[in-house]
Amino acid sequence: MRILIPGAAGILARKVALRLAVDGHEVVGMDRRPWPEAPFEFHEVDVRKRAAEDVFRKVRPQAMIHMATVTSLVVPGEERYQINLGGTRAVFEYARAYGVEHCVFVGRHTFYGAGPSSPLFHTEDEPPMELNRFPELADLVAADLYAASALWRFPELATTVLRVCYTLGPSGHGTLSGFLRGRLVPQVFGFDPLFQFLHEDDFVRAIVLTIEKRPRGVFNVAGPQALPLSTVIREAGRTHILVPEFIISRALGRFGLPNLPAGAVGHLKYPVVVDARAFRQQTGFAHEHDELATIRSFREAFPLPE
Amino acid sequence: MRIDKQVRDAVNRLDIPFNSLGLDPYGISKQDLVFWGTAVGAFYRWYFSVSSRGIENVPAQGRAMLVGNHSGGIAIDAAMVVMSCLLDMDPPRLAQGMAEKFINRVPLLGRLANRAGMLTGLPEHADRLLEDDRLLLVFPEGARGTAKLFKERHSLVEFGTGFIRLALKTKAPIVPFAVLGGGEAFPTVANAYKLGQVFGLPYVPIVAYGLPLALPAKIEIEYAPPLRFAGTGNEDDTVVHGYVDKVKEVIANMLTAGATRRRGEPLALPERS
Repeated sequence: MRILIPGAAGILARKVALRLAVDGHEVVGMDRRPWPEAPFEFHEVDVRKRAAEDVFRKVRPQAMIHMATVTSLVVPGEERYQINLGGTRAVFEYARAYGVEHCVFVGRHTFYGAGPSSPLFHTEDEPPMELNRFPELADLVAADLYAASALWRFPELATTVLRVCYTLGPSGHGTLSGFLRGRLVPQVFGFDPLFQFLHEDDFVRAIVLTIEKRPRGVFNVAGPQALPLSTVIREAGRTHILVPEFIISRALGRFGLPNLPAGAVGHLKYPVVVDARAFRQQTGFAHEHDELATIRSFREAFPLPE
Repeated sequence: MRIDKQVRDAVNRLDIPFNSLGLDPYGISKQDLVFWGTAVGAFYRWYFSVSSRGIENVPAQGRAMLVGNHSGGIAIDAAMVVMSCLLDMDPPRLAQGMAEKFINRVPLLGRLANRAGMLTGLPEHADRLLEDDRLLLVFPEGARGTAKLFKERHSLVEFGTGFIRLALKTKAPIVPFAVLGGGEAFPTVANAYKLGQVFGLPYVPIVAYGLPLALPAKIEIEYAPPLRFAGTGNEDDTVVHGYVDKVKEVIANMLTAGATRRRGEPLALPERS
């Protein structure tokens, strides 16, 4: 199959692209970031620019995996909206115009948000109830819902929207890995939410299965059972420090603590755990790395500095 | 703290899919259960000297709902029912209660409840636990039930109807139970609702002797044979209210008989078989 991957130069996207290429697919990458050693056709193009349309026109992909969204809250608000919403709109328009059969939007499980009265296991039919507590995620939530609108706007296009839980693994890439990187990891005193994560290789396999099985609709993607944050920190060989809530929101980004917006504190108090049964049923996905092996793979790649 | 060996053995025998760290998918922790059970077990055995009757009515496996009255100004009753299923059942089972919403907001308290299997009282949670063939502990009186005063201790306040719809939808049997003695253990004379607001609680119960501590009154728990209702959960309110009343009646009868017994009057109950 001819597969175009916008955002292919991202660390996890590269793994997906390489794996699909090894599986015999004709992969074409596209990203504004360079990837000189890409072993297949690669276009250093911004999805929001005209040249991106040319890539669709020339390549005529059968499937598209949209991974050109940014999570990093370090990117300023305006630009993040441009990338996450403008970019998503553009690639779906091109996909429709140039005969793509299957579009995959790779979103995040933080869509649901974390709050004291939200259910422990989120199902795909839930609205993003906790967005008011963490408005910085609005662009990603909107991109997710916008991508899903392709299901009714472009019925001829098979659309899959994935809400993937945190990934963890040897690359050390992603929100959870970043949070666990330092020696000391903060926790809000009196709270120990469950964290759900998936090994990077299982993430890659989930995307490959999505391409193979073409499930239509919105799906949560998760692997092994969630663990309390304190357990994750301990198994990662880190030390947790318990900080009262009123201090933690001021201390983030200082004293060697990760830099996160105030809304992120909610994610340290309450869990975001998804029910991923629908995806497993539709694609036959099963994780290969259990929760402890997944943490171990991160820990071995990122031992504590001596 | 010295670990209660019986509690530890019971926790080890629970039919719950714990991983190698002793954690289940809901975040229930074996270790926390053992600590919690040791602490509460001491109260169960020696302080309230709880006796449970009819524990054989609780199904040994599969989904079921324990439905009963609130007894006492703080939810001692829930903890005692959990202990009774853990210590008096063979094999032991973990009754999972539905916590009041405010609990999740309180540091430590929410964590404690979650690790012991008490999730926030949401329909989604109750539904999922039953679909997972767990034992669900339900107090249809809700916070109104714990707010009962000492003089109202053998009465029932209005029942919600959600539990019946849930039982019908998930085809779960209902085991009615009655808790007696919580009112004597925590004799509320008044409830301070305004003060409760200050602390983010539904109310603060006031006892005559000042300190909000439970007295060592004897607590009795009685379980009745399971009730099964056929339906889908989408029935008319009148139908559901009829089922609610049936459950309520069974509990009320156990409470009346229990109150008579506790006063030392002769029992008018037929012999239990």
